[in-house]
Amino acid sequence: MPSSLIQNESVLAIEVGAAVTRVVLFDVVEGQYRFVASGQAPSTAEAPFKDIGIGVREAIVNLQGVTNTKILAPDNNLVSPAQPDGSGVDAVVATISAGPSVKTVIVGLLNDVSLQSARRLAESTYSRVVESLDLTDHRKPEQQLDGIVRSRPDLVILTGGTDGGASRSILKMLEAVGLACYLMPMEKRPMVLYAGNRKLAGDVQELLGGHAGKLEISYNVRPSLETEDLGPASRELAGLVTKLRQRQIKGVDELNMWTGGNVLPTSYAQGRMIRFLSRLYESTRGLLSVNVGASATSVAAGFKGELALGTYPQFGLGESLGTLLQYTELDDIMRWMTLDISPNVVREYLFQKSLYPGAIPATKDEQAISQAVARQALYLAVQTLKKDFPGTQTELMPSLDLIIAGGGVISEGVSLGQSLLLLLDAIQPVGIMPILIDQNNLLPLLGAAAERNHYLPVQVVDSGAFIGLGTVISVNAAANYGDQVLRAKMTYADGTDVRADVKFGGLEILPLPSGQSASLSLQPLNRADAGLGAGRSGTVPVTGGALGVVIDARGRPLQLPSDPVRRRELIKKWYYTVGG
Amino acid sequence: MLAPVLHVLPLTTIVRERTLPVAGKVNAHLNQRVNPTDVIAEANFAREHVLLDVARTFGVSANAADKLMKVKEGDRLTQGGLVAEMSGMLSRSIKAPRPGRVMVAGGGQVLMEVGDTRIELKAGMPGTVIQVMNERGVVIRTAGALIQGTWGNGRIDNGLMVSLIDKPDAVLDADRLDINLRGSVVLGGHVRDVETLRAAAELPVRGLIISSLLSALLQTAVQMRYPILVLDGFGAMPMNSAAYNLLTSNNKREVTVNAEHFDRYNGNRPEVIIPLPISTEPDEPNAYEAFAVGQKVRMRRSPHAGMIGALANLPSGMSLLPSGLRASAAEVKLENGTTVLVPLVNLEVVG
Repeated sequence: MPSSLIQNESVLAIEVGAAVTRVVLFDVVEGQYRFVASGQAPSTAEAPFKDIGIGVREAIVNLQGVTNTKILAPDNNLVSPAQPDGSGVDAVVATISAGPSVKTVIVGLLNDVSLQSARRLAESTYSRVVESLDLTDHRKPEQQLDGIVRSRPDLVILTGGTDGGASRSILKMLEAVGLACYLMPMEKRPMVLYAGNRKLAGDVQELLGGHAGKLEISYNVRPSLETEDLGPASRELAGLVTKLRQRQIKGVDELNMWTGGNVLPTSYAQGRMIRFLSRLYESTRGLLSVNVGASATSVAAGFKGELALGTYPQFGLGESLGTLLQYTELDDIMRWMTLDISPNVVREYLFQKSLYPGAIPATKDEQAISQAVARQALYLAVQTLKKDFPGTQTELMPSLDLIIAGGGVISEGVSLGQSLLLLLDAIQPVGIMPILIDQNNLLPLLGAAAERNHYLPVQVVDSGAFIGLGTVISVNAAANYGDQVLRAKMTYADGTDVRADVKFGGLEILPLPSGQSASLSLQPLNRADAGLGAGRSGTVPVTGGALGVVIDARGRPLQLPSDPVRRRELIKKWYYTVGG
Repeated sequence: MLAPVLHVLPLTTIVRERTLPVAGKVNAHLNQRVNPTDVIAEANFAREHVLLDVARTFGVSANAADKLMKVKEGDRLTQGGLVAEMSGMLSRSIKAPRPGRVMVAGGGQVLMEVGDTRIELKAGMPGTVIQVMNERGVVIRTAGALIQGTWGNGRIDNGLMVSLIDKPDAVLDADRLDINLRGSVVLGGHVRDVETLRAAAELPVRGLIISSLLSALLQTAVQMRYPILVLDGFGAMPMNSAAYNLLTSNNKREVTVNAEHFDRYNGNRPEVIIPLPISTEPDEPNAYEAFAVGQKVRMRRSPHAGMIGALANLPSGMSLLPSGLRASAAEVKLENGTTVLVPLVNLEVVG
């Protein structure tokens, strides 16, 4: 690429998570942006530190140790722009997922229209919906008011009415929200996002402007009954969440200053990057990104440039583990266990881990529990967002072009095989697709960088910053365990080949190193579907990866034996197949 | 790497902020000596509101309704007090359905807050008021022993501490709780059944300090009206030796059990305070330190959760853990003489 197309600036990207703060240096190497190095440190948003700046600086010091360049001056301030002696950076971008979940009140007119849009909007960030109001709410106005006040919200999302449509009912709800804001102490008043009938923008300003902690008026999320457009409102919402974090957590102000006012919520940046990649690579099916973190599990899916984004603090692996059993049964976690550990031990693990979100498994038993919990959390998050995927009528996942996975439990796992199995179990993808691991959790940081530098994300992604696990072929069939469901033959570039007779209920790995391509011939038996349609044979190009080509013939949805001993043996066998 | 500090200290200076959840009146004054049960601030907090739609009731415009109102913001009304009146051939009126205060009067409506609840904020610990925050509360300073825990049920009380624990891994059962313990703060071990919590409530005790609690009992623990403070966590965990030694050596002393919820963002956490006389004021403890060889540390996670040891070595780089993960770790010499490798993020300094 000609150098004129490169802004030629070094970029320090910072991600402040609930448990870990990561800093990443991007710079131009041989005319292309590259991921240079990363450093990390425990996050310090929480007590006793209560200042994210401490963790950010410690992570930068660790990065300096890797790159041998000075980014912090002796007075601990950032050196920016980069200096002739090589010290400093030209720009900073940052995302944040640390912080308590955002207590959110959603308001809409119709329960299944605007309120659903408000809910989806709330779920695009680190929200916990604590109260909702719509036309089917038959409480008295003062009861609605008390409901809002008692829930002590950080944020109110107001929707309702198509553009130019209903206004009277919305005005009544606005009054309730305005009064509730007025009744709260000034410093605790919620931020309000209005994304309803545009005609009422003036009324909203008049009714709420003086009472809300901060008011943003966005485009209508439901400009018409048939159309939902969350894009502009989710951008405004991201801004409000950052402002809220500035109010809640020391050090966010300084980080915001470093970035020129562009700190983004991490999951928003993740979603932005997935939408960008979906457009860039003209994905015909869909791209999926998952991030299993301490603060939340987030899932972003891009379908032809459109984004579905779900951020679920309730499925995070940190503080919220203490309430995970409100969303799932203990048995549903136990089904993923590889070791014979009592359900009571797993239950106590959840509560103890919620006390120390940053702690990591030190023993094999705890690692087994941690993996089982992460599987179930990711499974729940994917199942929740899947309802919003376009054209998803079955319980199966839609066919995807690519999966990118990040988050400590995946990117810093014991082995890549374990990480792959976790993803296959929790996502249960259908069809043929490569799976990448975002080992340095770059995806959201690239999403944040995209705003200031369009070339950086593209070039970093193209440079192979993610680890390719390989190509996965999921085989679905109405068969019994052990029945043969597929004959596969992979022909390498040098003309040699490898064959496999794949049985239902198993995993098969065909070796294909990273950077290599091959031709894979698939011949399903008994009307099995190997991604080409039920019973359809064909040949597809495949790319290699750390694990090669993985044929997952365990069926969809994945059925596990009810007998725990047999189940554990089977899971261990799968672990063994993917390398332990 | 920076290390959080768990305070288990025989003598230190303790400074704590005590604030109302809503604005109110502060009774205490600067430099005042307070006792744990002293009400240092109070507030009235209305839990409910009543919206009276004057315009709609009278069938007039909002502006016209405003002129018919007989109340203004801040007015206190008794039940039946006149809110608005429309004269005419048949005069009509709107009266307050319940006693309360007018919050808003305008736009054709009157909003009243009703159902006043009185909040009394007790000092919770003995000490001296060193700062008064207008309408919010005070900062109190005292000196004594400080023992921090991991979970509390949100209550606070004080009383004479009676130890029922004879070893760190003891279990506290209901049959140990006899009538002689009424009004005491009971120091116990692991609690594994709901009967023990209920027996303590029936006495009643003024607090329960325990090593660990089965998570299945959390719901019951939250409902108890006396403070329950869990020192080490959930499951069957022994009491960490630092807390065990300090608490048992202060048996029969007056203690404050502040079993407030652990708020990881503002730093409030459950703690036991044992006020002690001093000749010179000790230093305030550090909230965090850098890990260093020789520090006393507590393990937060299995397989040695709750155990205390001495930090013997800080290997550089990443260490391979038995779990298969790689992380910055420390070699810790446990009190039983064995040395174990523990990830730094699973440690906290005791001090």
